[in-house]
Amino acid sequence: MSVINYLIGSAKTDNTPQQTFSDEICAFMNELSAALMRSPSARTYPDISALAFWCRKGNIQKLKDRYDEKTERLGRGVCFHVTPSNIPINFAFSWLFSLLAGNANIVRLPSKDFPQVAPVLDAIAKTMEKYPDIARRTAFVRYPADNAVTAEFCASADARMIWGGDSTIESIKSLPTKPRCVDIAFADRYSICIIGGKAVLDANEDDIKRLAQNFYNDTYLMDQNACSSPQLILWLDDSAEARERFWQSVYDCAEKKYRLQAAVAVDKYTQMCEDAVSLDIVKAVSRKGNLLYRAELETLLPDMTELRGEAGYFYEHAISCLDEIKNNITEKFQTVTCFGIDPFEIRRFVITNNLRGIDRIAPVGRAMDISIIWDGFDIVRTLSRVVSVE
Amino acid sequence: MVLDELYSIPPYSLDSEAKEKKLAEGLCDLTRMHYAQCGEYRKILDVMGFDVSLPHMSVDIPFIPVRLFKKYDLLSVPKDQIVKAMTSSGTTGQAVSKIFLDRENVRNQTKTLTEIITSFIGKQRLPLLLLDTEIVKKDRSMFSARGAGIIGFTTFGRDTTYALDDNMELDLHKIKNFLEKHAGETILMFGYTYMVWQYVMRRLEDEGIVLGIADGILFHIGGWKKLKDQAVDALEFNRRINATFGNVRVYNYYGMAEQLGSVFVECEYGHMHCSNYSDVIIRRSADFSVASVNERGLIEIVSLLPTSYPGHALLTEDEGEILGIDNCQCGRLGKYFRIHGRIKGAELRGCSDTYERH
Repeated sequence: MSVINYLIGSAKTDNTPQQTFSDEICAFMNELSAALMRSPSARTYPDISALAFWCRKGNIQKLKDRYDEKTERLGRGVCFHVTPSNIPINFAFSWLFSLLAGNANIVRLPSKDFPQVAPVLDAIAKTMEKYPDIARRTAFVRYPADNAVTAEFCASADARMIWGGDSTIESIKSLPTKPRCVDIAFADRYSICIIGGKAVLDANEDDIKRLAQNFYNDTYLMDQNACSSPQLILWLDDSAEARERFWQSVYDCAEKKYRLQAAVAVDKYTQMCEDAVSLDIVKAVSRKGNLLYRAELETLLPDMTELRGEAGYFYEHAISCLDEIKNNITEKFQTVTCFGIDPFEIRRFVITNNLRGIDRIAPVGRAMDISIIWDGFDIVRTLSRVVSVE
Repeated sequence: MVLDELYSIPPYSLDSEAKEKKLAEGLCDLTRMHYAQCGEYRKILDVMGFDVSLPHMSVDIPFIPVRLFKKYDLLSVPKDQIVKAMTSSGTTGQAVSKIFLDRENVRNQTKTLTEIITSFIGKQRLPLLLLDTEIVKKDRSMFSARGAGIIGFTTFGRDTTYALDDNMELDLHKIKNFLEKHAGETILMFGYTYMVWQYVMRRLEDEGIVLGIADGILFHIGGWKKLKDQAVDALEFNRRINATFGNVRVYNYYGMAEQLGSVFVECEYGHMHCSNYSDVIIRRSADFSVASVNERGLIEIVSLLPTSYPGHALLTEDEGEILGIDNCQCGRLGKYFRIHGRIKGAELRGCSDTYERH
């Protein structure tokens, strides 16, 4: 066990739970928010400022108000977090969600040393000096790949947050835990975007620019490689004019902001060739430079989730109504971002059709907004326990 | 056929304008032929909306990423006409390219390579020292590009002798006998860049041996990646070859398993040259538009040779730049260029699997 590097905390993490949304935890988060805001890194890294913005007092209070039974809840004990190695700031969100639930936490940091990690840990460590009750319940660790170490953490965990997709989940779940340990596992998911063509045509120039910027944030900003980034774009009230207007704006936005790597340009071109050869439903691919590829699908497949693009490679299809796609929604579907269609109509569609997938409906631009309801889980409720009186 | 016309003139004799006429005609013919004969190729061109019936410039011919040859068996002739299935010499565990050659393609590859190489060494056969082991040739389980390159080169030599034994050890006794026997003659040598460096030259250096060849020619191929890690460039390579081998003219050349035959040879001024049979197009990664002279970009290679498989226009994963056109001091016409090596691998953000062990 000597290989474990405790960046915050020690091997003796106190596993006593705290009250869910306790005043102390909420106050700590507010101070952490301020510390992050003050950090010069918040200006360099938008994800740090987003983290600071999320844990500010107003937002936490809003979340707390939604939990009417919060006073009857306690954390489960100690939660072990396996965070993904390619999203820099995700470890901090994972930790804060579990902290709100009232848990002590051991967070395994991404092995890749992102520049965002150190300033965030700095702010956490400084803020925690005033909060010894939280400090002794917290550890941030880094260690080289070692199943024995992970197994030891798993064996003492009361809850596990497992990020990183299917193969990570498989390997972590094979490690034994206490019988009552609760897992939240974030599997590989698939996301889509539904756009109303008429709304695109009706929108004024500013609205279209904002829509394109929002779409950019959902996709290019994460190389289109996050599970909530849309891969498939479905058009309602489709028209060539609407598509051209939308994609031209997206292209204009990407052209200003996105740095396309040469290897990625080759990858996208190669994918187009492979799609042409292997996917009979792809009949035409239109390109704007190498920034934007759009593969037009003649029909949909029973399972769409293998159709994945990267860095601005989208699959596209027109539908006349939502019911047309009900047989294509599998349990892998996570987020639907939408524009020009009522999100509640999409929710009705999911519920009345008893669909196995789609957990989340959000306007275009909010695909990446992570919070305590995520991937179909109410994270705070799942990571806490109810103390009931009958 | 364009190719037959080209065989009647020297390989570096067309200026860019004359060459473009031939290339455009030949590449358009090949594009139409592959479109008609290869279903996969046809699908790709259809998806791109490319019209094969119109006349096109050479830069407008759609290119196929080399990686596609690793994933699919791409052929433009019936399978029973294939006489050779070539594989690229990929590292163990990596996917390899599979290139299917019919009789015509094999013949054209040999003929083209001969035209190019003899323009450097003359038509007479020279005593040949292969800086490799004979095993590569014997092991036919996989007809790899390495073995094919060796066998291909033996046609330029006589009294072919292998410098390395089956254990990759330098056979000094054999080499000395060979050099004594051919004293006073021009010695031809061939090998793969890294093997020449690691198993021949370094070994000679370690043992303090100087071969003292009075008049030699060395052709080497295979890329600089491993040597770049040791901070070795062409100048250093040539200097140390001369110090250990003797008076040797060194020619590096660039070619891909996917387009054997129409290779690119470095002239005495250190420039890679395109022959009449093939061309290099440098493309900007932003939109694949054609880069200017001295602008770095992705290397596309076009060749008039591939008839049995749709490999006449290929997008490689190498970077390079055009240094000039029709004006190299060596007198060879056409484009000359420099290779910068493999493009940097893609680094993407994202939350899906990272394949880390836990």
